[in-house]
Amino acid sequence: MAVKTFTQENFDKEVLGAQGPVLVDFWASWCGPCKMFSPIVDAFAEAHEGDVTVGKVNIDEQPDLAARYGVMSIPTAILFKDGEAVNTLVGLQPKENLEALLQ
Amino acid sequence: MTADVIVIGGGPAGYTAALYGARAGLSVLVLEKLTPGGQMGTTDQVDNYPGFPEGVGGFELAMEMKKGAERFGARTKMAEVTEVKLTGETKEVLAGGERLQAKAVILATGAHPRELGLPGEKELRGRGVSYCATCDGMFFRGKTVAVVGGGDTAAADALYLSRLCEKVVLIHRRDALRASAAYRAPLMGLPNLEFLWDSEVAALEFESTLTGLTVRNKKTGKTQTLPCSGVFVAIGQVPDTGLFKGQIALDGAGYVCADESTRTSLPGVFAAGDLRAKPLRQIVTACADGAVAAQQAEAYLTM
Repeated sequence: MAVKTFTQENFDKEVLGAQGPVLVDFWASWCGPCKMFSPIVDAFAEAHEGDVTVGKVNIDEQPDLAARYGVMSIPTAILFKDGEAVNTLVGLQPKENLEALLQ
Repeated sequence: MTADVIVIGGGPAGYTAALYGARAGLSVLVLEKLTPGGQMGTTDQVDNYPGFPEGVGGFELAMEMKKGAERFGARTKMAEVTEVKLTGETKEVLAGGERLQAKAVILATGAHPRELGLPGEKELRGRGVSYCATCDGMFFRGKTVAVVGGGDTAAADALYLSRLCEKVVLIHRRDALRASAAYRAPLMGLPNLEFLWDSEVAALEFESTLTGLTVRNKKTGKTQTLPCSGVFVAIGQVPDTGLFKGQIALDGAGYVCADESTRTSLPGVFAAGDLRAKPLRQIVTACADGAVAAQQAEAYLTM
């Protein structure tokens, strides 16, 4: 399952209305730590194919989504369950810390 | 034996060591806990690594360094090292729960940004406390922010933020910047930059996000409140050497004691890059260490 791209248009349906947990990675092209975080998010998505939906929000293109969830630092990863943001991870982190968000 | 040489850390020092080691015919395994690149990988644009007249992305440069080492047979395992046994002829490393062995080890774990060490700092990360101005500056567009520090990073952060923010206040514990002229000069005469000299942050003030700082003047002892929405911390680095403590000699600040030969206090263990006690920590000096460490490891293995 490929990593999805979330936008203002599809966010409510694909994240808030999704069956099962959704991990959202807020990033930007000019953010170095975001680039380093990207392969870690990809590996997480691969390991959780079928049980966790994983996608990205480009904060340059979707500033309203970043503001809606109070993102003030990138990368930020937020885990959503049943339409609610339940866990947040700020900064470049190893894959184990993403796994811990699911607990 | 897993490899002739295990390199702990996949930044510029680690991958240069891997390149030189692999080219010398050694089997080399690099262990990286995150993504190759280390601190370099988090740098948006690198302007002081020679050969790139227009600059180069730190992450992109990291990928190229990795590829270059892999071209000669170096391997990478993505796993965090949680335990090392550096004494004895066979070195042991526990990485991602797997026990690995090598005849020589090159330590290239680097360093990470120093924190202020104040109550609330961890919780406020992503809520007004940042260690990366280029990453988070735009969230503070039109607002007042503080930068703490007086070195090159603090000066570069202040310049970058002055272009985005209403006001930038640079707080430094001394009465002059330590930053080099190339970083210092562009700050002079910026209309929205203020300096608070001889000062340190005594406390973070916050509700759900940062609202201000308590700043103490070190000479007068007086404190003042500085209202701001963001604080960018640039007060230097801390070496990632905790795992090696008690096995090899470290200096008072935690850096590995090793001279230009990169040899540590233990035979067969070498230290390359920002974790080594040395006068200048740059990508190019990390690479230099990596090359020397690989050559020294080769010499050690053929003794």
